[in-house]
Amino acid sequence: MSYAKTLRCRRCEREYPLKALSICEFCFGPLEVVYDYEAIRKNMTMRAIQSSSWNMWRYKALLPVGDNIVDIGSSVTPLVKAANLGKRLGLDELYIKNDCLNPTNSFKDRVVAVAISRALDFGFEVVACASTGNLANSVGAHAAKAGLKSYVFIPADLEQGKIIGTAIYGPTVVTVKGNYDEVNRLCSEIAENHSWGFVNINLRPYYSEGSKTLGYEVAEQLGWKAPAYAVVPVASGSMFTKIYKGLGELHRVGLIGPVRTRMFVAQAAGCSPVVQAYASGNGQIQPVKPNTIAKSIAIGNPADGLYALKTIKDSGGGASAVSDEEIVDGMKLLAETEGVFAETAGGTVIASLKRLVEAGEIKNDGPTVAYITGSGLKTQEAVLNALRTPTLVEPTFSSFEKALKTLQEVA
Amino acid sequence: MAKHKVKFTFPQELMAKPVIYNLAQQFKVVTNIRRADVAADRGWVILELEGKQEDIERGIEWVKSTGVRVDPVAGDIVEG
Repeated sequence: MSYAKTLRCRRCEREYPLKALSICEFCFGPLEVVYDYEAIRKNMTMRAIQSSSWNMWRYKALLPVGDNIVDIGSSVTPLVKAANLGKRLGLDELYIKNDCLNPTNSFKDRVVAVAISRALDFGFEVVACASTGNLANSVGAHAAKAGLKSYVFIPADLEQGKIIGTAIYGPTVVTVKGNYDEVNRLCSEIAENHSWGFVNINLRPYYSEGSKTLGYEVAEQLGWKAPAYAVVPVASGSMFTKIYKGLGELHRVGLIGPVRTRMFVAQAAGCSPVVQAYASGNGQIQPVKPNTIAKSIAIGNPADGLYALKTIKDSGGGASAVSDEEIVDGMKLLAETEGVFAETAGGTVIASLKRLVEAGEIKNDGPTVAYITGSGLKTQEAVLNALRTPTLVEPTFSSFEKALKTLQEVA
Repeated sequence: MAKHKVKFTFPQELMAKPVIYNLAQQFKVVTNIRRADVAADRGWVILELEGKQEDIERGIEWVKSTGVRVDPVAGDIVEG
C-alpha cells in the first residue's frame, strides 16, 4: 500500500493526481510527492522496519511506490566508522556511508529503483534517461530486470569505455551529435513528445524520493538518531535536499528525535553553482559551464539548486568547493586510510570535509557522515597519474631485495 | 503547433535588450512568461514558446546567439 497522496507544486502549491508529471502546468515549478504522514505514523513502527528485509524497501511506507517493486538485489549499504580518516582530520565520530556497494556501484540504484517501479505502475513500456555514467548504468540494469525497453541518451563525444557499463544490459544507446546543452534540450523535447517514462524528467518527483533512503539508513545505523553533520556531493541538489527531508520525515513519524543535522554541500570548484550562490548570499543560482574531473556531479544548471540553498540555510550548514587536485588527494586519502575507492564525487566530499574541519565549520562534537555515492572503479582515469608506478624486478630474490632496499630508503 | 518550456538567463549586458519581443516578432513564436526574476545586473525568465517546431528551434538558436543562456525549464537533464 502506498501512502503517497498527490503531487504538489513546491512554488505555488497547486496539487495534481499522482501521474507522470514533474512540472506545475501553471507556474512551471517543480512537483513533489505529498504523503499521508498521520497514516504512516500509525503503521510504520520501528519493530515493523526492523523485521523487514535489509534493503531500502524496509522504508517503503515513506516512498511513492505501489505494488510493483523492481529490485536488482540492493541492500542497506554499510555505514563504516572511519577511525583512521577521523584521526587524520581530528574527528572522533566520523562515518563513511559507502554507497559504492549498490548493485551498479552508485546511489543511483536508489532513485532509479523507485522511478522504474513507478513506471510499471503507470504502465510505461519504455523508460529512458540522459546520462554520462552512473544513471545510465542503473537505468539499464533496472529496465532489464523490469522487462522494459530502455533508451539511454549520451553525448557523442563520451569515451567508449563509459558506455560498456550501460550497454551490457541491452538498452538502446543513442549518441547525440551535440554538446551537453544540446543533449539536454533534445531530451526535454523527446520527453514531451513520447509516452516514455523519462526517469529524471516526467518521473522525477518519484525518482528523487529514492534518495531519502540515504537519510533513513544512516539514522537507523546510528541507533535511530540523526547525525550532527552530513557532507554530501551536490550535482542537481536533489540528493542533498532529500537526505535532509528523509531525516525530517523520520522525526515527523516519531522514529527519531528532533533533527539538528547541519548539512554541507560539496562541489568541485570547476562546477560549483550552489557553492557560488551560497558564498554570494544573493540566493541566485547562476548557471556555469562545467570544467572538472568530477564529471558525475558536473551539472552547471542544477534543477534543485535553490532548494539546496534553502536546506543549507534551514539546517545551519554550509558549502565548500575544492580543486581537481584536492579531489584526487581526497580519493587517495579515503582509499589509503579506510580502504574505500570512491569516484571523483567521493574525493570531492573528503576534500571538502577536510576543508570544513580546518575552517572550524565542522567540529569534533558529534557524529559526522561523509556520503560516498559512487565507486572509483568507474573513474579510474582520474587518479591514473597520481599513483605510484609499480616496482619492476627481475625474477630473482637478489633483484627483489635490492628494489626493496631502495623502496625503504625512499619511504 | 509545438510547445517548449524554457528558461532564459540574461547576462548583465543584455538586461536592457528586448530579446523576448524580438523573438516573438522575428520568428512568429508566441511567448508566454510564467515566472521571472529580474534585477539590474542579472535575470532569468521561465516561459513557454508556442509555434511551428522549426520556428521555435530557429528562434532558440537566435536567442542563444545573442548571448542569452537557454535551458530546459527543469534544469540540466543529463546526469552523471
